[in-house]
Amino acid sequence: MESNNKSSRRKFLDKGLKLGIVTAISGIGLSKIASKLNAKPDGDSHDKMELMTTDGTLIQVDSSEVMEMEHSSGHDKKYNVREGLPNRKFVMVVDLAKCKNALSCQSACNKHHYITGDNAWVKIYKMQESKDTAPYWMPTTCQHCDQPACVTVCPVDATFKRRDGLVLIDNTRCIGCRFCMAACPYSTRVFNWSEPDQGEITLNMDMEQHGHMASSPDHGGVPSVKGTVDKCDFCPHAVDNGELPHCVTACPNGVFYFGNKYEDTVTNGDETLRLGKLLEDKAGYRLLESLGTEPSVYYLPPTDRLVDFEDGLENFTEFQSVEKPE
Amino acid sequence: MKTKEQIINDLTPRKFNKLGVAWTTLLIIVIIAGIIAYIDQLIKGQIVTNMRDYALWGIYISNFVFFVATSFVGTVIVAFLRLTHKEWRTPLVRIAEVISLACIIMAGITIMIDMARPDRLLNLFIHARLQSPITWDVIIIPTYIVLSFLLLYFPLIPDLAILKNYYKKTKPKLSKWYGTFSLNWTGSTAQKAIQSKSIKIIAYLIIPVGFILQTVDAWLFSTTYRIGWSSTNMGAYFISGAFVAGVGALIAVVYIIRKSYKLEDYITDMHFDKMGRLLVLACLIYLYFNINEYLIPAFTASVEEEAHLNLLFFGQYAPLFWFVIIGGLIIPIVVLMFKKGRKPLPMFIIAILVVLGSWWKRYIIVTPTLLHPFLPIQGVPESWHHYFPSIHEWLITGATLAMALLIITLLFRYLPIIPIQRTTDEHKLLRTNKITES
Repeated sequence: MESNNKSSRRKFLDKGLKLGIVTAISGIGLSKIASKLNAKPDGDSHDKMELMTTDGTLIQVDSSEVMEMEHSSGHDKKYNVREGLPNRKFVMVVDLAKCKNALSCQSACNKHHYITGDNAWVKIYKMQESKDTAPYWMPTTCQHCDQPACVTVCPVDATFKRRDGLVLIDNTRCIGCRFCMAACPYSTRVFNWSEPDQGEITLNMDMEQHGHMASSPDHGGVPSVKGTVDKCDFCPHAVDNGELPHCVTACPNGVFYFGNKYEDTVTNGDETLRLGKLLEDKAGYRLLESLGTEPSVYYLPPTDRLVDFEDGLENFTEFQSVEKPE
Repeated sequence: MKTKEQIINDLTPRKFNKLGVAWTTLLIIVIIAGIIAYIDQLIKGQIVTNMRDYALWGIYISNFVFFVATSFVGTVIVAFLRLTHKEWRTPLVRIAEVISLACIIMAGITIMIDMARPDRLLNLFIHARLQSPITWDVIIIPTYIVLSFLLLYFPLIPDLAILKNYYKKTKPKLSKWYGTFSLNWTGSTAQKAIQSKSIKIIAYLIIPVGFILQTVDAWLFSTTYRIGWSSTNMGAYFISGAFVAGVGALIAVVYIIRKSYKLEDYITDMHFDKMGRLLVLACLIYLYFNINEYLIPAFTASVEEEAHLNLLFFGQYAPLFWFVIIGGLIIPIVVLMFKKGRKPLPMFIIAILVVLGSWWKRYIIVTPTLLHPFLPIQGVPESWHHYFPSIHEWLITGATLAMALLIITLLFRYLPIIPIQRTTDEHKLLRTNKITES
């Protein structure tokens, strides 16, 4: 009984002490808040400023409450490789009706990105859905998905999605696990299985031309790095200079249209069209839409074709996409 | 009934005999060959493998999955049987714990072999992103290594104290080492209470962690859009597959150890009978999930899925696929259903079949799927349409398997295979029971 009494007394004291502390703290807090609420402008009451809030109403504020702030230095203009070019959303439209497997897009891309492996970034597939449907040629680039499966699975943030829609790779960070390649349903990613032999001369020339020494994600990772992943980058280095991606300019048939979705325009170099209208008129679609990857590349179906499918067959090589120097 | 001295004499670690030396040498040679191949791979890049842009994962990954699966034996045998108080587990638990630890360590190493830039390993921590299943693996594998180690170590402490005393005169140096690791074990009631509580906590912990480990491994595949991988069945399918691989490996190792260390008095036919029953259960569960994974999708298969299933059922991978299903599942189920099939020798043969089946099973899961992307494979060299491991891959994979076996071999060179303390306790218990009965 004795000990029970003691322990309950101890509990009471303990609880009382805690309660006291809480009361004291909240008391101080309340008095502070109260003093703020009832704050009378001490000093000169004429010293008021008129300010406009973001929703357009005018308010009066005591000038002593107003502080000067430093301007944030052009945060919407400064280029950040992981943020992308401001106020743009790059899209591509591929008109399958015009493609006849000329392969100019592929060779231009191979040349400008010094692709030395066996797998090109731009592929032209010989497609035929079923025996009775018409065959057609289908160029593919990276689809720059808005819900990119590759970015989701990357364990180190080496591949990333930018605000301007591009999915790029930082090949100085990539650990070479190839999970992104497994995740990509479009098989667009290629791997540097060995030391990429891009040739010293071409490499140096390239660096002078573009004024950078190390690989950069917005330059297609050129120079490529052994044991890392590469893929089509939508040529932001060219876009930055006001040029179109290499595949777009190289195509003799004007298959590729490139543009900014926010401006609703795409161009293939010869003609500039309204993106929305083009997609509506020609029933544009995206590859494997059902997967929900939300690609940035639209396709126009191969209807009313201007070229014969057979014309492309002479260029078709089943087992080669990169021309190797002898 | 054996006396305590006899048991200790029987169960203390023994020096390798000639066969043991030959076995260890063989393993070391295989490992050295693998290390040379790996150094070559580091220098030249993964071009030395037969993986390419389409078959972008190969036996490194399937071997990794195999190791992870086999390490599940620690969870199944040790934790389950301990928590359900199955007394027959005593002579088997340490073997299971050692297999588990060796396999999960090797799983960690194998996954690094697959990384093309192991020099950037730290990026996994510096730039870790939590939504990537690889990061989940980075978290769960070390956790499982630690738990497996503790599950091996805690029950080992009394035995280490026994060995310390045993070697006090004959091998003072060795005795000192055992003394250090036995953490001043005296066998007092207080120590025993702490020990049994710690073991219990670890046994409880390792079950969810083991399940998560297997499931994360499955999610590595099912989080992609690939036909044959993106299946909701994957997690349970992998757990049950791990159950099979683990118990199969355990039976094979137990048989070899019993034979080479002459432990027939301790690991009896009864133990094989029990393990056989466990393996049948495992195989039946796994068969159920296999039917869910392969047979039922065949009814509503999309075009891509049908191509995948055709490749497995009738195509290029059919021989392997049916070997895995029939040899690795159906034959074991049939043979082990019979009492005669659960004798040590037939069980050993079946266990080898199961382990082989389990290894190739992972190959069948990883490879065929990659060779069936949504878009056709075009514009790449003809050899990229197929995959079969290169010499480098075989050497390196062989070395990882040899390394797991070497870890097991070396641990049993210095640790008692069968828990001494527990065995003597049980024998004492049996004796007192007999006395009271009579």
